[in-house]
Order: sequence, then structure tokens, then C-alpha cells
Amino acid sequence: MADTVAVERRAKASGPVTGGSRTTERKRREARAAYLFLAPWFVGLFVITIGPILASLYLSFTDYSLLEEAKWVGFDNYVKMFTEDPRFVSSLKVTTIYVVVSVPLQLAFALALALVLDRGLRGLPIYRSIFYLPSLLGGSVAIAILWRKVFGAEGLVNAVLGVFGIQGPGWVSDPDYALGTLILLHVWTFGAPMIIFLAGLRQIPSSYYEAASVDGAGRLRQFRSITLPLLTPIIFFNLVLEVIKSFQSFTQSFIVSNGSGGPADSTLFYTLYLYLKGFKNYDMGYAAAMAWVLLLIIAGLTGVNFLASKYWVFYGDSK
Amino acid sequence: MATPSRPVPVLFRPLPKGGRLLKHLLLIGFGLVMLYPLLWMVSSSLKPEELIFRQPGLWPSEVTLDNYVDGWTALKHPFGYYLWNSAVVTALSVVANLVACSLAAYAFARLGFPLKKLWFAVMLGTIMLPHHVVIVPQYIMFSKLGLINTIWPLVMPKILATDAFFVFLMVQFIRTLPRELDEAAEIDGAGYWRTFYRVVMPLCLPALATTAIFTFIWTWNDFLSQLLYLNNPDNFTVPVALRTFLDSSGESSWGPMFAMSIVALGPIFGFFLAGQKYLIRGVATTGLK
Repeated sequence: MADTVAVERRAKASGPVTGGSRTTERKRREARAAYLFLAPWFVGLFVITIGPILASLYLSFTDYSLLEEAKWVGFDNYVKMFTEDPRFVSSLKVTTIYVVVSVPLQLAFALALALVLDRGLRGLPIYRSIFYLPSLLGGSVAIAILWRKVFGAEGLVNAVLGVFGIQGPGWVSDPDYALGTLILLHVWTFGAPMIIFLAGLRQIPSSYYEAASVDGAGRLRQFRSITLPLLTPIIFFNLVLEVIKSFQSFTQSFIVSNGSGGPADSTLFYTLYLYLKGFKNYDMGYAAAMAWVLLLIIAGLTGVNFLASKYWVFYGDSK
Repeated sequence: MATPSRPVPVLFRPLPKGGRLLKHLLLIGFGLVMLYPLLWMVSSSLKPEELIFRQPGLWPSEVTLDNYVDGWTALKHPFGYYLWNSAVVTALSVVANLVACSLAAYAFARLGFPLKKLWFAVMLGTIMLPHHVVIVPQYIMFSKLGLINTIWPLVMPKILATDAFFVFLMVQFIRTLPRELDEAAEIDGAGYWRTFYRVVMPLCLPALATTAIFTFIWTWNDFLSQLLYLNNPDNFTVPVALRTFLDSSGESSWGPMFAMSIVALGPIFGFFLAGQKYLIRGVATTGLK
């Protein structure tokens, strides 16, 4: 009953009953529906994403402060960045050190803990949750405030050191150590990549290990010849993700230095400097140029990562 | 002579009892070190101000709620006012993301339309796009529209499905659902819209839950956009309000600041306890943070 009604209704909806035009009519209807479903996304794509990207490219060639008209200055902003602006160069350096040191460290911790937790350890869900919690909280203002105090001159770390009779420096107020505390904060959030590693470890068939141990391979050998190669795609995925993410870190640097990037610009992250230029000095042309340099850096790093991956990432079918 | 038993694979051979215990002890120790700063913040928030930095230990010798009382009223408005502002922004963002992202995801996963592959690739590309590339022109746009100090710059991008991460997450999820269900619905006379919200969406609950929880946590923690668009203390959300503690009180009143930091982390911690399953699964399958 219901079927015939439906068929009738479909026949009516699709007009003439000749086979070919019915399918094209159907396709047209489907496409129309699809565009309706996608309407918010399309508006967002053009108004919130692509429009602003192009606008920021245009602005990067201008001198603009929100109040006056934009003035075309050609490549001045880009040239100034690398030749006349030591703060820009130092922010780039600080961010690079941060990424290069903290990402490998974080991934090493993530992998090590994933290996320890893998394969039927009792209490796995509890450990997993405990190690994951910092990843959820790590980006918040509250934790950055905590960090400022844990590593303050009169903070937790120095109180603990004091128990052993050691007088520690004011970690966040000493240019030699301030960046180190931010690196530590990033390493502290190793839980998220750890969970991705755990999921990856689970994909490795246990028969591989059985075969290897029948052949007399020890634990270390099994790790080097089975676990590590089969895990390289996941390591690669985590690496790309974390490099992109950490290059854009903002909150930690802002809160720990209270918006200054200090002491002595030692925690001046790229994005913090971009914020100060664009929204404190209202030098928006310059900030837009910095944004485009950031886009190129991130695209470049991702590209390099993908190219290099050919030499060390092992995909099962390539051998 | 007995036949030699098959060797147990080395990795599965249970560690000797002492070894296993040692492993657990090391893990617990490491976990404690990791959580120590958090626990210390909780315990410090319950200590009288002058004791905080003299006692690195966790057990407060004297418990007081003064820090919470002081912190709640330290800023222009009582702290509950900022919690409410944050809750409004966060709730709207969650609803907007759920609706807009699932609409787009259904089209990408189930419907055919011209240039579908191209648009899908564009959508994936926007996931990787650094947010900072668009903030300057976005700020100019919203300020020309007179929307600074309103919630629109924070919520509008969500209404327009710009969190492509979640679109992708749901596309992946919908693709795992059997197509026969859609076809059956169509035979029963359901249009695309009915198929979407009567058949596909109810089956997408796990993906929707992951989206909701992550949108909640990200929006609640988000600092940059709220710092940019909310400059008036009457509109401050929790992160921006917490930040003003640093300015107004300098280095002196850490007790109240810790107390309010804990209040700020409370909802995230609650969602973490309630939604662990979806959080862990979300991270494991898509690399969400």
C-alpha cells in the first residue's frame, strides 16, 4: 500500500515518465537539495574564510589603521619585517625554538607512555584519562595563570627546591628560562597525541609479534622492526598536526608574560607579536603581512613534512 | 620426553609480579607529578593567602573559603555574571555547530552535486588554515558592521559552519552508515530533509556528541577571539575576566585568582568526566585536540 503511494508520488514529482529525463530531473533535484544543505557553509566559506584571506593579502601591501583609508605601499611591510624590525625576527626565533624543542619532546612522551599503557595493562582507562586531562585544560587562561605561579619567583617549583635547600630563579621572569616554562607547558599536554598513538598501536596485528618471537626476536628488536615502522604514519600525522598547532600558540605566551612577550621578548610568540601590531598599534597592514608570512611558513613546513615523509614513513603496501 | 610447549610471545608473557607492580608504581608516580600543579592549585585556593607559598604540600593546615568569596566579588561584576556570559556564547556555539556542520556533512556524504570533489577539497583545506590569516580582515568587517562587543563575531562563524573539522568528522561518520537506510526512507516517501533529520541524524548521535563536547571545551577555553571582540567589562566572558585579575591585582592576590581559575575550569572538568567516552573516541579517530 504505502509502496504504491510512494511510487505514485515519485512519478508525479519527477514529471514525464521517459527514463532519461527522469534521472536528470532527479539529479537536478538532488543537486538543488545539496546546495540548500550547504548554504550556510558556502556563505561562511566566502564571507568568513576566503574573503578575509584575500582581503588580508591586499591589506598586507598597504598601510592601514582602521581609521584612515588604506594606502598602497607595495612590498614595504614585508621588507621592513626582515630588515628593520628586530622584534619580528626575535618573535620568529622564539616561536621556532618553541616548536622545534617542544613538539619532539611532547611526541616522545606521548609515544613512550602509549607503549607502556598498551597491551592489557590493568587500569588503562584510568591512566589514559589522567594523562589526557592536561590536554583539555592546557590551552585555557586558568592554566596559564597557574603556570605563571608554579614557575614564579615565589612559586611551587621554588618552594619544592627550597625544601632541598636550593634557591631557584624566578623562572618566568628570567629571560633564560621563561621560554622553557612554556615548552614544559606544551609537553605537559602530551595526552592527546598519546591517545592517537594508542589507537595506532591497537591496529598492529598481534600475529606479527607472535611470528617475531617464534623467530627469537627480543622486545627491543620487536619494537624496532615491527612497532616503530608500522607506527610511522601515526607519528607523521601527529607531527604535522602538532607543528601547525604549536606555531599558532597564543594564550600561554600572552598570559605568562601578561601581554608583553617579556622578559626581554623571550616569550614573544609570533602570534602575540601579530596581535600587538594589529590590535594594539593598529598597524593592520603590517599585521596582515605577518599573517601571510605565517600562512606561508605553515604551508612550507607542512609541505616539507610531506616530502620528507617519503623517506621515513612506512605504508604497508609500499614494500 | 615431553614435547616442548610453544613459546609464549615475549610481549604477552606476563611480567614477573614484581615487575608489574613496579610499572604501576612508576605510572602512578608520573601521574602524580603531572597532576601535582592542578592539585596544588585546588589546595592553595582553600588556604589562607599568606600560607600559599610557604607550603608546597597539598594538605592545607587551615581550610578557608575566603578566597572564593573574595574572588567572586573582586571584579566589576560578580564572577557569576561572567560565567553566564560564557555560558551564553558557548551554548549558542554548540547549537550552531551541531546544526550547520551536520547539514553540510549530510550533503557531502550523501548527495551528488556538481564540483563536489572540488568543494570537499576546499573544505579539507580550510581545516589546516591558520586562524590568524583571517583575523585582521574579520575584525575590520565586524567593526564596520558595529558588532564589536556583541556575541555575533563569536557565534556567526559557527552558524556558518566554518569549523570544518566537525564537518569532516560527521562526513566520515555518515559514510559508515548503510546507504540502504536512506533508500528505504526514500521509498517510504521521505524527501532529503526528512531523511536527514529522521534517519541520518538519530544514527549520528555519537558524532554529534563528540562535536558538542569539543565545541563546548574549545569555546569555553577560547581566549583570542574573546579578547579581540569583547572590550567592555559588561560583556566579558570568563577567560577575559580572569585575565583582568593579572592587571588589577598584580602579584598580590593569588588566592582569589586561583579560586576563580578553579571555578573557570569546573565546567570543563565536568564535561571531561561525563563525556570521556566521546572525547577519547573523538581524539583517537580524527586527531581532534
